[in-house]
Amino acid sequence: MSDQNKSLDPRIARLELPQGESIVKPDEYWGTFEVFLQEKRGKFHQHVGSVHAPEQEMALVFAKEQYARRGKCVNMWVVKTTDIFAFQLADEDMFATTPDKQHREAGMYKVRDRIQEYQNRQK
Amino acid sequence: MYGGGFLPEENPKKQTETVAEDPALLADFQARIDRGEKIEPHDWMPAMYRKQLIRMIEQHAHSEIIGALPEGTWITRAPGFRRKMALIAKVQDEIGHGHLLYTAAETLGKPREQMINDLLSGKSKYSNVFNYPAITWADVTVIGFLIDAAAIVNQLANSKGSYGPYCRALERICAEEAFHLKQGHDAFVYLATGTPQQHEMLQAAVNRWYKPIIHFFGPSDKESVHSEQLMRWKVKMASNDDMRNQFLDMYVPKVREVGIDFPDPNLKKDPETGKWNFSDPDWDEFYEVINGNGPCNAERLAVRKWAEQKGRWVRQALATPYTKSTVPLA
Repeated sequence: MSDQNKSLDPRIARLELPQGESIVKPDEYWGTFEVFLQEKRGKFHQHVGSVHAPEQEMALVFAKEQYARRGKCVNMWVVKTTDIFAFQLADEDMFATTPDKQHREAGMYKVRDRIQEYQNRQK
Repeated sequence: MYGGGFLPEENPKKQTETVAEDPALLADFQARIDRGEKIEPHDWMPAMYRKQLIRMIEQHAHSEIIGALPEGTWITRAPGFRRKMALIAKVQDEIGHGHLLYTAAETLGKPREQMINDLLSGKSKYSNVFNYPAITWADVTVIGFLIDAAAIVNQLANSKGSYGPYCRALERICAEEAFHLKQGHDAFVYLATGTPQQHEMLQAAVNRWYKPIIHFFGPSDKESVHSEQLMRWKVKMASNDDMRNQFLDMYVPKVREVGIDFPDPNLKKDPETGKWNFSDPDWDEFYEVINGNGPCNAERLAVRKWAEQKGRWVRQALATPYTKSTVPLA
């Protein structure tokens, strides 16, 4: 940095700031891990996002810093992003008829009217 | 914190340049957005949508990282333990936000290393406000209250956008920004209602930051064709002018109620239109600073390069032969 740009900040002024380029190389920031957080015992681990890390232990360290700074947490999982096998979102229509399958739902089974009718017939 | 993501591109020809997209796919895409559904990483999307989102999320990420610099150097000089703890927490949040956003941008296909290189080379921009110095503790207070407040207006709007990973990141970011705003307001009120010297110091800082605050949301973009298309795609959620107006509506009263004011006699709300009027904020200066000639541009990038170079041995020590870049899932 030139003198006229000298920082007002004494901490910055003491650094020997580099001149010229500083190129980050491909992969220098590592791959990603997906992070799953358990808020309390008895709950499922939930996906909360990703972190970049060189390996799984560092991924847990970064996951804790990134996703468990606030709020409740009792446990975390990290999984290499490339180890996650998923459906294509483009195939979401294969789930489209699921809500129509009323025979799988408790609410489908209503017998009160029939009981009422039976009891009326018995009178 | 963040703002002014929708700067006109340097080359106006690029703005109108569109790739011919398949009309059927385009119609489906628009219909999905109109139904209020989110777009996810592997969905088909128009090239312009992808490009503009990368640009916007990347600028947002850089703003978080660079935005931590003016505040970060005040940690050791914060007045008192409570303020120091709050500032440490806030600065850590900002860096965390940067990483959340880099990850969201990576789902669109641009590696984080490339984004960082574009920041260091000056190719990518970040919010202009961070090219101004924080001369006193009152400047840090103004940043913590008013710049974060402005950023929240912008981020809350964007969190209702159409791209899933960006919305998820913003949801988390906005929750944390609520703390930033509250601690900033607390520090602001403390100085404003303190000794005459404290009050004066705060007013002087507000005077210094008035122009950058007006610049924060970027120049008027109402006329831009570009902006209209991006609003239909829910990339951009509100015009720069509307967001600025919303900010002034919410925060001018909060500044004035503690006897501080912005140094502009023309800053008045028009009772008929509901719009705030203000003096010409000198947009030439805005462009000068964007183009690298602000008071702190060189310093900010030099500090970022310093961190890059001094941190390299740590990254190298941690790297394994299996360390390969991957695109985050969602």
